[in-house]
Amino acid sequence: MYFDYTNVLIFFLVGIGFVGVNMVVGSLLRPSKPNPEKNSAYECGEDPIGPNRVQFDIRFYTVALIFIIFDVEIAFLFPWANSFQEFKAAGLGGLVFFEVLVFVSILFLGLVYLWAKGDLDWVKSTEAQRRAALAHRRAEEAKETAADSAKSESATELDLTVAAEAGHH
Amino acid sequence: MFEQSIILSAIRDAIDWVLGLVGQDISILPLPVQVVLCGLIAAGGLMGAIAFAVLIYVWMERRIAGRMQARRGPNRVGPYGLLQTVADTFKLLRKEDIIPTGANRILFAFAPMLVLAGVVAAFAAIPISWDADKGEPIMIADIDLGIFLITAIVATEVIGVIMAGWASNNKWSLYGAMREAAQVVSYEIPLGLSLLVPVLIVGDLSLGAATEDQLGGNWLIWRNPFMWAVFFIFYVAGLANCKRAPFDLPEAESELVAGFHTEYSGLRFSFFFMEEYASMTLISAIGAIYFFGAGDLFGLQGSSSLIMFGVLLFKILVSIFVMMWIRWTLPRLRIDQVMTLGYKVLTPIAFFLLLGVTVWDLYDLNDKLWELFSRS
Repeated sequence: MYFDYTNVLIFFLVGIGFVGVNMVVGSLLRPSKPNPEKNSAYECGEDPIGPNRVQFDIRFYTVALIFIIFDVEIAFLFPWANSFQEFKAAGLGGLVFFEVLVFVSILFLGLVYLWAKGDLDWVKSTEAQRRAALAHRRAEEAKETAADSAKSESATELDLTVAAEAGHH
Repeated sequence: MFEQSIILSAIRDAIDWVLGLVGQDISILPLPVQVVLCGLIAAGGLMGAIAFAVLIYVWMERRIAGRMQARRGPNRVGPYGLLQTVADTFKLLRKEDIIPTGANRILFAFAPMLVLAGVVAAFAAIPISWDADKGEPIMIADIDLGIFLITAIVATEVIGVIMAGWASNNKWSLYGAMREAAQVVSYEIPLGLSLLVPVLIVGDLSLGAATEDQLGGNWLIWRNPFMWAVFFIFYVAGLANCKRAPFDLPEAESELVAGFHTEYSGLRFSFFFMEEYASMTLISAIGAIYFFGAGDLFGLQGSSSLIMFGVLLFKILVSIFVMMWIRWTLPRLRIDQVMTLGYKVLTPIAFFLLLGVTVWDLYDLNDKLWELFSRS
């Protein structure tokens, strides 16, 4: 038991060493004829345009933040799952289930909040655009119907005046 | 004297025997040297096994892909094209190793190492069989933390991939790496939640304990009606974690050239492939051990640990075949679909399944239902 973790470390180092040794062995066999064209960053055959370490979307950062919360939660749940059977055997199963229910519910509430807030939508901007377009269309339709009814009202007025004029004659 | 797992003590005995040929025994070596030597031999054996398995997997994948697309696949080099991947390995060895100008050379070289090392280290905690005489799982390191350690150590792979993408100094690589990070990180949540369920039922984090618990056909998948759904979530999240199709967005060749390993060439590139197949094997092994009874075949295997190892290998190969089948059947998802599936579908379902399994187990509903049926 004492040396089990040592073995995991040894395996990790051997994994690193395996790549290193193979690269060294390979370097004896493979050619090396670099030239500036070959060594330029690959951009579908064109010369690279602009800096290659581009900025990326803030969404990735949001995903990382969400991940941290849930991953820490799972890390907390593992000891609970591990000792659940012992508590059950001791007759405390209901209690520990209730405890974890509270814990999971709070986190699930967090998920529901993120969902409602739209942070789980990957294409949040497009979603916002879609909503804005929808609202705009509704407003347009409302304006149209308003215009329609106004037109029909003026039409009835016109009819009335026509009728009144007809009555005069 | 100290306690060692079955594999390591066998290696220790072997060293003892070899030293016996020159009239010595193992006690001439100091204890730390013994431990490190045994570990190194075991790790070397595992690396050899992984390298061999990858040769077979690549051949399998290409043959299966060929069959599924109504063509033959490689069939020229060796019988049934079996030596094709060996020939490919030599080709990769002879390929020039290009590190682009502007790349961070240290990180560029270190990335494939880190990616592979995480998966290799995780294999130390996988039981490959069961020794009926000693009542012990046959594994390299019977770690109490078991699955917890595996999920933790496999996560280092993401760091390696981001490192590769960043160090390459290439736009495609960076996009691929960021996608990979977002995807793997999101699917770790349903994966972790689905792995909690077997831990909960077995009551132990060690995979060896899970092997023991399922002997004689008492597989975890039969324990309650939620288990199939839990396994399904585990498998889908596992596929996403291995970056296998339909979740292969980080290396989506039709949009990102080759994703995070665009700038990698020759042998260095092949380590990423090795890692992919190794992590497929790891996910398949965890699935077989945690849901389908490890090396157990309804008790028919008797007490032979060799047959149990064979049965476990067979289960792993079936799972790998299914992964290949999925790859050549389903089209790739879009990144927003991937994120939606992870956060809005798999995670909530996994939450409810965890609670459902807990209630089922808490009230021993299996026994109660059995009573109900046998009474009527």
